Amino acid sequence: MKLLNLAWVFALLSILAVGGGTAILPEMQHMTVTHFGWLSEKQFRDIYSIGQVAPGPNMLMVMLIGYKLSGWAGALVVGGAFFLPDCVLTLFVNRVWVHFAKSPWRSSIQRGLAPVAIGLMAAGTWSIIRLAVFNAAGAAIALGVFAILLWRHVNPALLIMAGGIFYIIAMHLL
Amino acid sequence: MSDAKAPEGDPTAAASGGPSQPTLLLILKVFLTAGGVSFGGGVVAYLREYIVRAEKWCNDEEFLDALEVSQTLPGLNAVNLSVVIGDRLRGVAGACTAVAGILLPGMIIVMTLGVLWEDRRHNPYITQFLVGVAAAASGLLSTVTLQLGHRQFTYVPDVFILMATFFVVAVMHISLVIVLITIGPVAVWLYRPGSARHSKEIPVPHPHFRDRHHLLRH
Repeated sequence: MKLLNLAWVFALLSILAVGGGTAILPEMQHMTVTHFGWLSEKQFRDIYSIGQVAPGPNMLMVMLIGYKLSGWAGALVVGGAFFLPDCVLTLFVNRVWVHFAKSPWRSSIQRGLAPVAIGLMAAGTWSIIRLAVFNAAGAAIALGVFAILLWRHVNPALLIMAGGIFYIIAMHLL
Repeated sequence: MSDAKAPEGDPTAAASGGPSQPTLLLILKVFLTAGGVSFGGGVVAYLREYIVRAEKWCNDEEFLDALEVSQTLPGLNAVNLSVVIGDRLRGVAGACTAVAGILLPGMIIVMTLGVLWEDRRHNPYITQFLVGVAAAASGLLSTVTLQLGHRQFTYVPDVFILMATFFVVAVMHISLVIVLITIGPVAVWLYRPGSARHSKEIPVPHPHFRDRHHLLRH
């Protein structure tokens, strides 16, 4: 039953992911933490962070939600449910899309959905801020990373690791 | 990793005519590399590095077209892009190979870290490290959202759509299904063919791509 729930929740999230992974974070948090109570907020945040320190799409962390609930079977079910529907959809729509290259509706869809996607990304960003920034050290890290990246080009992976180390140091000094 | 299998000989190798038809093994190798080195997110920028610059499987224009499709369709941009490019290179087999390559390294590392974390999650250092990582990630996400959306943040009709979307999701906590089936069609209708907004030119190169790459330059 748990596996079935995991499968449909993540298949649904995958289909709703207009604007990429960040866009579905609020819904994912709602489903896994509030609605089903599979995880606590802290566990959700920690799993999200583990996704940040691994290479490849950060959203691979969804497999850990499956693992946490139902072991390796859960990880595989979530992985399949989250990636397969979008891959199949993209494969077919992309082939059809080519035939509509000249349709004016094609750009209507692209341009209309762009601000929706950015709005969803902003909401996803906000949900991570609410989970992660609850004291001065967290706020300093978030603002620091934001300012550094606007100011110059630094590999984000370095800033992510530095954020983690900075927080440990701050907790021991303060 | 994939080099070890090369001596066995890939049956498709003989069939490949030129640079436009790489072998599945080469596709796997390139996507595994991109999937394995792309720490810190922004996999799209790494893909461009390998596919356009190193392998020359397509030019920037074609890459941007593929990215545009990938962004519009639901799903992770990097994964959708792998499907589109893999499919163009070698059909369905190419798409499957590309997706496997882009996901496998991260999958192995995420699962390894996750299993280790399960055993040690009461260790205060690990918990603190992960809080700091999430805080840094929220800064990174803010920058990415701002840079990807810089055009949407400055064009008035887009600002309305953007703010309405943010408000109903982040403040009112309305289900994403409802949001997409209500705001989505309205937004597309605002840009319907024949409307003044529709005929406004989209600047090239696509800002999303340029900024994303910009952000990730080492």
